[in-house]
Amino acid sequence: MNLTSLLSISLGAVLVNNFILVQFLGICPFMGVSKKMDTSIGMGVAVIFVMGLASAATWAINEYLLIPLQLEYMQTVAFILVIASLVQLVEMFLQKMIPALYQALGIYLPLITTNCAVLGVALLNVQNDYSFIESVVHGVMGGVGFLVAICLFASVRERVEDCECPKSFEGFPIALISAGLLALAFMGFSGLKVF
Amino acid sequence: MDFKKQLKEGLLTQNPVLVQLLGLCSSMAITTSLFNGLGMGIAVTVILTCSNVVISLLRKVIPAKIRIAAYIVIIAGFVTMIDLLLQAFLPPLSEALGVFIPLIVVNCIILGRAEAFASKNGVLASAIDGVTQGIGYTAALVAICVVRELLGNGTFGSGVISAEGARILPEPFPAMIMILPVGGFLTLGALIAFTQWLTKRIREKEENEA
Repeated sequence: MNLTSLLSISLGAVLVNNFILVQFLGICPFMGVSKKMDTSIGMGVAVIFVMGLASAATWAINEYLLIPLQLEYMQTVAFILVIASLVQLVEMFLQKMIPALYQALGIYLPLITTNCAVLGVALLNVQNDYSFIESVVHGVMGGVGFLVAICLFASVRERVEDCECPKSFEGFPIALISAGLLALAFMGFSGLKVF
Repeated sequence: MDFKKQLKEGLLTQNPVLVQLLGLCSSMAITTSLFNGLGMGIAVTVILTCSNVVISLLRKVIPAKIRIAAYIVIIAGFVTMIDLLLQAFLPPLSEALGVFIPLIVVNCIILGRAEAFASKNGVLASAIDGVTQGIGYTAALVAICVVRELLGNGTFGSGVISAEGARILPEPFPAMIMILPVGGFLTLGALIAFTQWLTKRIREKEENEA
């Protein structure tokens, strides 16, 4: 592990393999809370936070519990439990210690349990044999990618809402089509390779 | 229970993907060939039915406060079973769907039906609900797959009819873009728009008749 590999993991997670627009992980919250810019930023920050923590926690669980006990096939069950309890813990901790941040993120935290990007990043970390640092970087940068995508999309969507479009396309379908165009733009990053 | 009514709800009026807008990740990520779509649809149907039955059986035992956690554990158990079974007996499908099989755990359709239906209804009704919603999900996936495969690859049914599938569009014609993520968004958007148009037509027709 060196700085170059960390950099390429980060770049990959934010742009080339953007969790939402290229890998299709976390579409539900992406479509659900992207109607307004400020809620999108709140959700994005919460996701960065949880994805970083979840990467660290699931790495430890996998390395020190599942592998020694040869329980790798229980990964899915173990990881989702860890993530669910982690989210609950973070929520309780924030409520007690940093009420201001809790006020800002509060409503988004429970939603994150069923965000497939979080479980996805944990599973991908294991699949790619990432070390502890690499896993955490992958998680945090995946979250940053989510933030970038949801902010871009929210600003597009705020404008789309005001436009006229065919009756059947109103609401969700036109939002999906605009997300598609955003994904098209992100395709430009594929093939981007540093070093 | 009224099987026909529930089937109609699952397929059209309450279609999990096209109307309830649940489980969008998988419905865009893996729908590049008929084989993937059918496989994923059947896997989700089986898991949904099993988890619905078990949750409905346990609905009076599970305390309300920790029900979501309990549901997730039950669902994760079935997902792990399917994951291991596919790895053992259908390795090509397991490879093609990759990380999206374990991710069925967080597929909102399953948790959504557990919360909205199985936790309130009897075992038989919940089982039927699982099957009909699963069929609706599979139908939506297959529809997306057929469009994307035809436009993006020019074939139909690759992996199901034959390894290559039947070629419908000649070689240079297909647009690669439909197989790429962009195609997923565009196809699903268009399909949801079509469903909205169709349900509106049906509703108007019913109102006129009434």
